[in-house]
Amino acid sequence: MADDALFDFLHMEIVSHVTKSDAGLLQDGDEAMSKLEQIGYSTGYRFIERLTKDLSRFKDELEVMKAICKDFWSAVFKKQVDNLRTNHQGVYVLQDNKFRFLASISNSRQYLELAPKYLVFTCGLLRGALASLGLTCIVTAEVTTMPACKFQVHLQRA
Amino acid sequence: MARPGARVADSKKINSELFTLTYGALVSQLLKDYENAEDVNRQLDRMGYNIGVRIIEDFLARTSTARCTDMRDTAEKIQSAFKMYLGVNPTVTSWSPASDEFSLLFDQNPMTEFVELPDSCLSLKYCNLFCGIIRGACEMVQLEVTSWFVQDSLKGDPTTELRVKFVKKLEDAMPAGED
Repeated sequence: MADDALFDFLHMEIVSHVTKSDAGLLQDGDEAMSKLEQIGYSTGYRFIERLTKDLSRFKDELEVMKAICKDFWSAVFKKQVDNLRTNHQGVYVLQDNKFRFLASISNSRQYLELAPKYLVFTCGLLRGALASLGLTCIVTAEVTTMPACKFQVHLQRA
Repeated sequence: MARPGARVADSKKINSELFTLTYGALVSQLLKDYENAEDVNRQLDRMGYNIGVRIIEDFLARTSTARCTDMRDTAEKIQSAFKMYLGVNPTVTSWSPASDEFSLLFDQNPMTEFVELPDSCLSLKYCNLFCGIIRGACEMVQLEVTSWFVQDSLKGDPTTELRVKFVKKLEDAMPAGED
């Protein structure tokens, strides 16, 4: 659909905006990444509310994670998560074999080191969505081969 | 447990809400980064420009549209692009006598659906991204235009009005050192 292109471009612009300082210098530092994560967080927090407003309450944590993998992922990335694994102790690993924001970058190893900054917004998105559903967590991401990536969700239990 | 009947409703609407919310989060981050609303407007315009220079290709590829003969033609294309990418149908009106300037009127704007501007942001042009997109997209088809917001319903105006003005036709310029 046409509007997907618009969202892709907006995401690219957000990434390039926060990683470039006013002088045009690249800043890959923690500050830029945390801004990017923050933008994702507030988007995810609000978006999941719109998405789940007609669903009834989730029964447990696993059910929430399944909804994230199916409904949330399809709404944002046009596909479901390919693999969900858990150690049943609050760690979940979501694997996407063809991640939307990496799909338009070359599959070779050439740009591998630039890939992580395209995942940070999504880390925030996930953390925000889960926070809105009542789960506090830390989300990290890694890429080993393009365009596949893994998101690791560490739930923080009170 | 989730009720099976009540699955995620309208994917088109969901898409546009995701875009709207992301954009909102971006604008609020920009407002934190730059204290001055003018700077935020400038950033939004610049980001829009970058989107515009890319999205025109997507637009041409999808619509296989032909060359525009005049500004009225261009206005129609811009109108259809809004329909295509955002699902809004702006009205083209208020042509200048020389037919080089027109307005796009938005009676509804999905971008501002969840937005309310606090009093401290009255000089913020929330949708300034659009101006940049139009400028960038037209530049890639050899048209230099300027565009700006005349009215904004976020600021209490009855409607949202975006004005587009033709500046000049750009000539193909060869890169230096090439014949």
